[in-house]
Amino acid sequence: MDFDLSEEQRLLKESVDGLLNDSYDFDSRKKYRAEKGGWSKAVWSKLAEQGLLGLPFPEADGGFGAGAVETMIVMEALGKAMVLEPYLPTVVISGGFLRHGGSAAQKAAHVPGIIDGSKTFAFAQLEKNSRYDLSDVVTTAKKKGDGWVIDGEKFVVINGENADTLVVTARTKGGQRDQTGIGVFLVPADARGIAKKGYPTQDGLHAADITFTGVEVGADAVIGDPENGLALIERVVDEARTALCAEAVGAMDESLKTTVEYLKTRKQFGVPIGSFQTLQHRAADMFVAVEQARSMSMFATMATDFENAKERATAVAAAKVQIGKSAKFVGQQSIQLHGGIGMTQEARIGHYFKRLTMIENTFGDTEYHLRRVTEGGGLV
Amino acid sequence: MDLSFSKEEVAFRDEVREFFKNNVPPETRKKLVEGRHLSKDEMVAWWRILHKKGWGVSHWPKEYGGTGWSSVQHYIFNEELQMHPAPAPLAFGVSMVGPVIYTFGNEAQKKQYLPRIANVDDWWCQGFSEPGSGSDLASLKTKAERKGDKYIINGQKTWTTLAQHADMIFCLCRTDTNAKKQMGISFIVFDMKSKGVTVRPIETIDGGHEVNEVFFDDVEVPVENLIGEENKGWDYAKFLLGNERTGIARVGVSKERLRRIRELASKVESGGKPIIQDQGFREKLAACEIELKALELTQLRVVADEGKHGKGKPNPASSVLKIKGSEIQQTTTELLMEVIGPFAAPYDEHGEDGSNEAMDWTAQIAPSYFNNRKVSIYGGSNEIQRNIITKAVLGL
Repeated sequence: MDFDLSEEQRLLKESVDGLLNDSYDFDSRKKYRAEKGGWSKAVWSKLAEQGLLGLPFPEADGGFGAGAVETMIVMEALGKAMVLEPYLPTVVISGGFLRHGGSAAQKAAHVPGIIDGSKTFAFAQLEKNSRYDLSDVVTTAKKKGDGWVIDGEKFVVINGENADTLVVTARTKGGQRDQTGIGVFLVPADARGIAKKGYPTQDGLHAADITFTGVEVGADAVIGDPENGLALIERVVDEARTALCAEAVGAMDESLKTTVEYLKTRKQFGVPIGSFQTLQHRAADMFVAVEQARSMSMFATMATDFENAKERATAVAAAKVQIGKSAKFVGQQSIQLHGGIGMTQEARIGHYFKRLTMIENTFGDTEYHLRRVTEGGGLV
Repeated sequence: MDLSFSKEEVAFRDEVREFFKNNVPPETRKKLVEGRHLSKDEMVAWWRILHKKGWGVSHWPKEYGGTGWSSVQHYIFNEELQMHPAPAPLAFGVSMVGPVIYTFGNEAQKKQYLPRIANVDDWWCQGFSEPGSGSDLASLKTKAERKGDKYIINGQKTWTTLAQHADMIFCLCRTDTNAKKQMGISFIVFDMKSKGVTVRPIETIDGGHEVNEVFFDDVEVPVENLIGEENKGWDYAKFLLGNERTGIARVGVSKERLRRIRELASKVESGGKPIIQDQGFREKLAACEIELKALELTQLRVVADEGKHGKGKPNPASSVLKIKGSEIQQTTTELLMEVIGPFAAPYDEHGEDGSNEAMDWTAQIAPSYFNNRKVSIYGGSNEIQRNIITKAVLGL
């Protein structure tokens, strides 16, 4: 039983916090957003220089062999600074597919580019009617010779416009909601037959809707078993959910801190508004919500290594429920306690609220995961 | 970071679990499961079994009979005790006055009181709250006037839990009426059979008798019954209240109640199927389980922190334990009410000791729900806990 970070992990935290303190204040973030694709290549290079893009990859593949705790540390820091760069789709998700399911050749082809920062990735999974169901896939991949032909539409693909490579889920067999017959494909973003429509998202990121029309890829594009990819997808998405939980904890920490600071400085009726008990107790409840969320983020982080896939899924779902509830409360009350200024684009606090809101609706919202916990037979 | 128990800790958990299985009187366990109150004899009998095993005052220093366990071992012991379930050691003696005596008392007092607390030869009760001094405890008025080698005590205490069983009371009394309110208070212990002590029961909304009013009318107490220094009682009271930080979450109690909810919800039907199969109910239950898992981990964070850095510097997360712990306990009693629905109504006017065979097992569920409203009030109400977070953590 030990909740402390190791010496190495503490140093990692210091270094990533330090980097973002130097390069990611609110004004810099605005500038990064205005760059092509919605994030900063310079910042991405800095993340690569510090080794952050190679963290979870085994040393044999050129990485640092770090585990889930290290990803948690980084994601918390990214959440605090509301980082726009595509760490989640590139390192956590696409890196996860390569680590857990990629062949030696696929790793050799793609991992170095992730680690040195020269390539970014996007995860093209969501469809018009799939909502949060990972097995609901209409996009098809049909065998043609040795390779595959992909047809279909994917939506809200984060970093979809900038990515060099897309990781695409597609049906190789069976009906729309069958558990089997789903494959995962590595598709070059500039392949013929791909059409992208890019747009900003509510929380300041960048996404694209992507249409695949007769997109041809080779046999080497498939990650793992083309007819039984769901278990791999579920595992990687659970890791993404866990990373989002940590990001949310970072964002909540910063929201609470910013709000408490505001309560101390904003004066009305001749006194700081933080002297009013109604507002004090609201802030205390926010603190409780953040601590409960932090506990469950740690729980999910530990659960990603569970042997039993069902236990892992239930634990991560439970964490996502807690984070969803805490994030909604902390986000909404941060705005409320800021009053009018909290409603403006100019103030930082509203941007945390928007990011927290979108995290809740990514890879399953609170209701969805609550249902998953009941289907898993509960926690106690 | 490693959230699992070590091999040694798992072995310890199994040992504790096995001991409870073989040594808690089955009738005692059954009464607790059903939410009924235990008699004094039942509780004392169990505590003596625990004491004989050497676990009665587990967290005391070894020289006074403690175990020398780690923070994690204490956590495991409490959790297993609550889950079995078995009655926790009498807090007023073991967790409250005992530590005050071995920390601030003189040698004679340690010798006189500690062994009797450990063996429950004396049942202790707590004389803190007064009718006019609840959350604002330091405003208390009960007076102890020094006359020769005696204190003459006059005043009234209230919410005195199980004072009807008590042999001894530890009492906050005002010894200096001119000092600032926190400064003139002393910590005095005395015999409940002293002349001038009157105990009057308070019947609570569940029909139970747990708490009392206690009146002092010229009670004569020898001056050697003062613990520590005169007028320093407030410091000892703060020490006492801060001492038991992690037990207050009562995670094991809520776990046991969730087990019972599942058991009953599998039996009681609604619309032709057990309630446990109703998706709406399942989601409420799961939501409660998730809150409890988060609380359990928050508690373990506090426990692990204590183990590593000592108890000196409280972890800010500990303030969360009382608030969330009480809310979850209350939610579990609400879920039990939901399970039995209209059968919550019958009231066992013959008492709650189970002697009335005609009453169904459901008879204690509504009283337990009513009774559990207390958990967000006692031990510093949840609003006071929020004040603590506001000041100590957020710095507002």
